[in-house]
Amino acid sequence: MNHWIVLPVVLPAMLAAGIVLGLRHHIVLQRVFSLAGLVALLALASGLFWTASDGTITLYQLGDWQAPFGIVLVADRLSTLMVLLTAVMAIPVLLYAIGSGWDYRGRHFHALFQFQIMGIMGAFLTGDAFNLFVFFEILLIASYGLMIHAGGTERLRSGVQYMLYNLLGSTLFLFALGTIYAETGTLNMADLALRVSEAVPDQSAGLRVAAVLLLMVFAIKAAVLPLHFWLPSSYANAPAPVAALFAIMTKVGAYGIIRFYTLVFPPGLEITQGLFDTWLMPAALLTLALGMIGVLGAFNLNRLVAFAVIGSMGMLLASVAVFTPAGITAALYYAIHSTLATAALFLLVDVVQSRRGSHGSSLLQTAPPMAGGALVAGLFFAAAIAMTGLPPLSGFLGKLLVLDAATGSPLVWWVWAVVLGSSLVAVVGFSRAGSVIFWKSHASPLAGGAEAPEDTQGAAEPHAPPAPQPALPMVAIGSLLALLVAVTVLAGPINRVLAATTAQLFDPAPYVSVVLETPGKKITYKGEAGAEKAGAAPADDTGAKSGAKSEAKSDTTSEAATKPGGTH
Amino acid sequence: MEILLSSAIGVLTAAGLYLVMRLRTFPVILGTSLLSYAVNVFLFATGRIAINQPPILTDTAQGYADPLPQALVLTAIVISFGMTAVVVIIALGAYLSGNDDHIDDQPGLFHGPVDGEEDGAEMGSDLAHQVPQQEAGR
Repeated sequence: MNHWIVLPVVLPAMLAAGIVLGLRHHIVLQRVFSLAGLVALLALASGLFWTASDGTITLYQLGDWQAPFGIVLVADRLSTLMVLLTAVMAIPVLLYAIGSGWDYRGRHFHALFQFQIMGIMGAFLTGDAFNLFVFFEILLIASYGLMIHAGGTERLRSGVQYMLYNLLGSTLFLFALGTIYAETGTLNMADLALRVSEAVPDQSAGLRVAAVLLLMVFAIKAAVLPLHFWLPSSYANAPAPVAALFAIMTKVGAYGIIRFYTLVFPPGLEITQGLFDTWLMPAALLTLALGMIGVLGAFNLNRLVAFAVIGSMGMLLASVAVFTPAGITAALYYAIHSTLATAALFLLVDVVQSRRGSHGSSLLQTAPPMAGGALVAGLFFAAAIAMTGLPPLSGFLGKLLVLDAATGSPLVWWVWAVVLGSSLVAVVGFSRAGSVIFWKSHASPLAGGAEAPEDTQGAAEPHAPPAPQPALPMVAIGSLLALLVAVTVLAGPINRVLAATTAQLFDPAPYVSVVLETPGKKITYKGEAGAEKAGAAPADDTGAKSGAKSEAKSDTTSEAATKPGGTH
Repeated sequence: MEILLSSAIGVLTAAGLYLVMRLRTFPVILGTSLLSYAVNVFLFATGRIAINQPPILTDTAQGYADPLPQALVLTAIVISFGMTAVVVIIALGAYLSGNDDHIDDQPGLFHGPVDGEEDGAEMGSDLAHQVPQQEAGR
């Protein structure tokens, strides 16, 4: 069995534990180990991506138990792609956290960061619905710690909102999983796919409820319109590297939608008819519109970027909601692009905020020119172009793909109108922000009227010590933007890979057969090898018992027959 | 039994939802706890209701209780317990540092100039005293 698959989960987990236990007081060692861990993770992720790139689906059976009984990790094209994206994007973010000193403004940054990575990796790799819930909780509980890193009233306050909202989301997730289990008797995704496709009509109500609940859960994570309220405050108030890392978290929601609704509830399924064109598509378009209007209306640069995240998720999900191979391909491309662009923007906002001194990220006040403003302005310009989807960068290509994919949809005019209209709004919003921060900065500080005394003071102080502007943060941001350029230049090959990924998603049969037919330890009870799990379907309970008497195999105790405590 | 169980889930959920919509953190946290109790009972029920039945295979058993939901409930209890503990601590921290336990955005969050300025200043001073503290600590 290929043990590499479990390493993206195990490595950060061990590293995080080691950092908490052994390196609590050594920030330099923490940084070294954390960074080394991420580099190793990148190597692992590239290896997994390479293995999956010829279409093979690799399975990892935890504890060697065979699939519907044990938990499995599955590395197919989509999983490895997302794992690779996370690993690639985490390194510049961590570099920024180190370079800007965010990591020692509170405790345990690196440990929490690694735990968060562990949760994200696990969520992408797992092939079991309940295990997905567990990894969601891991990434959430780490994100709670990161969210309030360095403290501060505003941050704690939005941290509480964020946590409570996500607690509700988790409860909803459990309700959804419970409904699924009650209807199908399994939680393994591949097994679910089989059982849902065989579902008899009188099960369909329960399954439809489960499908809708599950869509809501992922919609909360992906911040789709009526469920987006947690996002602006928490992303705007989170420490910058954390907000940048959170850029991948909304994608976990999108990943969940893509995974579940291609595998378990595939597009042709009668039970879930109308879920996407009637519900998700309008919600996604409204999300897109609201996000970009928020960009225009924000008074604060960090809230502006947070709303841009909502907008980009709207774009992504509009593309998903078309639910054709072209749509999913476009969505994946847009996901890669928007993860990198969002991360770069959040980091830039932090640079702006720290260099503007007391003016912070407010868009209502002009501040004296910041140190190294030209470079920051240039980077912001590039990131804003990418985010709003103007020509040279990948946002434009992503948007083109989305528009192209939408041509088959009955709502095509709506999609085109909203996407193009909201882009205009976003361009205006970003250029207004850029003008206020970088151009108007030369305005006389006395123009501010009542704020004049503070302004002059502010002008005098930041200039006196032009503070050693560390290069590392800019390198981190620059490398994220370089990745964006790479995604743009290599758009052709990337799209071919993504098209192959989508093709694999729309043909779930190999996935199901790899998961269910790979041999592993089975539950045996007195020789009844491979007997139905005692509780797999409640109606089968008595059946399993009658088969159990067939043959005597003295070394298997009844204890070993229950799933978790196998004595092998 | 079915009536009892389903109405218990319903009542817990209803009470939880009502409390979640309150404006202060304490009732909201209570509400999420009630909701998590509701979901725990619900998970139990997903394995069908079996009374006095063993969850493991034996020769003498007349029927079985589904063991999987019990394992799921155990996981769910542990997770929701941990999450509740974390949220209580952080909510307490937010209350103590902000002297206010309202859960909604504070008025004026959509910053007019004054609030925006306060925000920036607070952030700056906050970092200013956080960093030396940390450095002294090391």
